[in-house]
Amino acid sequence: MITFVQHVGRLGLSICTEVGRAGLFLSKSIWRKPRSSQKLHLLAHTLFNSGVLSLPIIIVSGVFIGMVVGLQGFNILNKFSVTSELGQMVALSVVRELGPVVTALLFAGRAGSALTAEIGLMKATEQLDAMEMMGVDPLGRIMLPRLLGGFISVPLLTIIFCAVAIWGGDLIGVKWLGVDGGAFWSNMQNSVDFRLDVVNGLIKSAVFGVVITWMAVYQGAAAVPTAEGISHATTRTVVYSSLLVLGLDFILTAMMMGGW
Amino acid sequence: MSEALVRVENVSFAHNGRTIFDNISLNIEQGKITAIMGPSGTGKTTLLRLLTGQLKPSSGHVYFGEKCINTLSQKELYKIRRKMGMLFQNGALFTHLTVYENVAFPLREHTKLSESMIRDVVLLKLEAVGLRGARDLYPNELSGGMARRVALARAIALDPMLILYDEPFTGQDPILMGVLVKLIKELNDILQLTSIIVSHDVPETASIADYIYVLAGGHVVGAGKPQNLVADDNPHVQQFMHGLADGVVPFHYPARDFMADLLSSGEK
Amino acid sequence: MGQKSLETLVGFFILLAIAGLLMLAFKVSNLTTYQGNDTYDVKAQFDNIGDLKVRAPVTVAGVKVGQVGSIVLDPQNYRATVILRMDKSANYIPDDSSASIFTAGLLGSNYISLSPGFATQFLKDGDVISETHSAIVLEQMIGQLLFNVNKNKAGAGDSANADKS
Repeated sequence: MITFVQHVGRLGLSICTEVGRAGLFLSKSIWRKPRSSQKLHLLAHTLFNSGVLSLPIIIVSGVFIGMVVGLQGFNILNKFSVTSELGQMVALSVVRELGPVVTALLFAGRAGSALTAEIGLMKATEQLDAMEMMGVDPLGRIMLPRLLGGFISVPLLTIIFCAVAIWGGDLIGVKWLGVDGGAFWSNMQNSVDFRLDVVNGLIKSAVFGVVITWMAVYQGAAAVPTAEGISHATTRTVVYSSLLVLGLDFILTAMMMGGW
Repeated sequence: MSEALVRVENVSFAHNGRTIFDNISLNIEQGKITAIMGPSGTGKTTLLRLLTGQLKPSSGHVYFGEKCINTLSQKELYKIRRKMGMLFQNGALFTHLTVYENVAFPLREHTKLSESMIRDVVLLKLEAVGLRGARDLYPNELSGGMARRVALARAIALDPMLILYDEPFTGQDPILMGVLVKLIKELNDILQLTSIIVSHDVPETASIADYIYVLAGGHVVGAGKPQNLVADDNPHVQQFMHGLADGVVPFHYPARDFMADLLSSGEK
Repeated sequence: MGQKSLETLVGFFILLAIAGLLMLAFKVSNLTTYQGNDTYDVKAQFDNIGDLKVRAPVTVAGVKVGQVGSIVLDPQNYRATVILRMDKSANYIPDDSSASIFTAGLLGSNYISLSPGFATQFLKDGDVISETHSAIVLEQMIGQLLFNVNKNKAGAGDSANADKS
């Protein structure tokens, strides 16, 4: 019994130190200033790597998720002969939940793991040391642009995901199953509130973006510089950030429903 | 005798409770090639990191010129490192940049030279290591020896005063080793650098070093010109310089009695 | 890949996101129909609001002129006080108009319909609509219907018996 309590205590302490270390790392990198001439150049590079390269998977999964929600929703709503509410159902489920969460999970798998592996390998091959030796601060040169790139990319990807998914729902509902297009869009407009639904969804996705990128970059920088260490770090990035996204999603949703 | 560029004074260093250096002192003279040698695991690379300020000694001081490295702020440290070049064991080239961009990297970071000036400097440095023709290749297209030469060109891009080599000869075939030995010697003489070589390849290092320090067990066990060291009667130095398998440095990692270990079956 | 084409693609990515946001703002959500500030509040009390929800539309002759802002129970008379958030542009509604709660379709959601009166004074911020009609509760209506049908049946039986006699 005592050893169990001791175990829990040790686990708690190690979690605390890890969180503290990650927090310190984040605050240290955020306050670095790369030289202004390079800022945009570096940011463009990371936006390309984490944003543009994630576009195909985001768009494809957006279309399919929109179509599936449309199909499932149609079958249920058809029982009550209220298929005209399909637009509302698709739009609300996508904008409030599916958009932010699925985008975040896909981003963690696609871009988060890549970030961890890239930084971990740079560490393992002494590239970060070499940079330090040249008098260039790796926190400002490598970590900061990647963090910012991720912070910006995730909300943008979420917007694109939502738009594409609603279009996918329209494709199935209106074009294929024959729901009236006018009813589809006007019911959607009447029930989706910009501030309460769209903006809240984007707030969620911004939080997810920070959490995932932070986790990915920190895990990369803290990875044990061996092949095994990097593979562990990559796995941790995907697992931890997915769990954090789902947990935070619940907390944020509860807060927003509670009148935030 | 010329002046010392780097001085290590009474430095001790412990990591994870293990003492790696116990009160060692070294002088690196300006314009000379100084070698730091010793068997693997004596903390030669750790010593390099102490010299560059990446690690701080537990006690003692490291001086670069007039400045005490281990008390500088991060910013001053970054500034002073522009006067140092370092060649990492595997080159540590930036894999997402071409050879040309790798050599141009420190110039772009620290100078405001125009693009044509940068081009001239980069080509000059690449010519010095004989790889001007490989400028458009990526690091993964280079052999290990070529990568090290590119890294050398990058290390001298800012015309440093001091250049540190971390195991430059390991894992090279004899021809490349010869090339690197020649390069290090020539660069040191032509550019009037000060070089520190950390290595355990005795003949190659001894052939170009002006002065050698031999480390073992956290102490400096031998120091002197190469020809003097070969004749040194310190058992550590003897064993190392002549490559004897078992001597004062035992073949076995410390363990309890072998018989007792075999008989105790319960534990691992 | 050159720096130029990379920047172009990033620009394309950002433009795509902006287009998506515009679609979410104007085609998917109600941002076009409602700006938060350009409204005025009118109060109305109902005996029973049925299934009325906050943000349900307020209409005149089927045209949307506002939405339900909030619903609270009046502790004095146990009636539901509904705040109607009216569009500023709909400032020509007579102040003796009556408010009714209707249901959109058989199973649809409830909404408030205003039937214009004849006064020359128009509704303005803080006014109270005095004449209100409560929601029609389907269960009550069906109950009444069944009761009436039974009564009629019983009445018909009685008269038949009377004929016989």
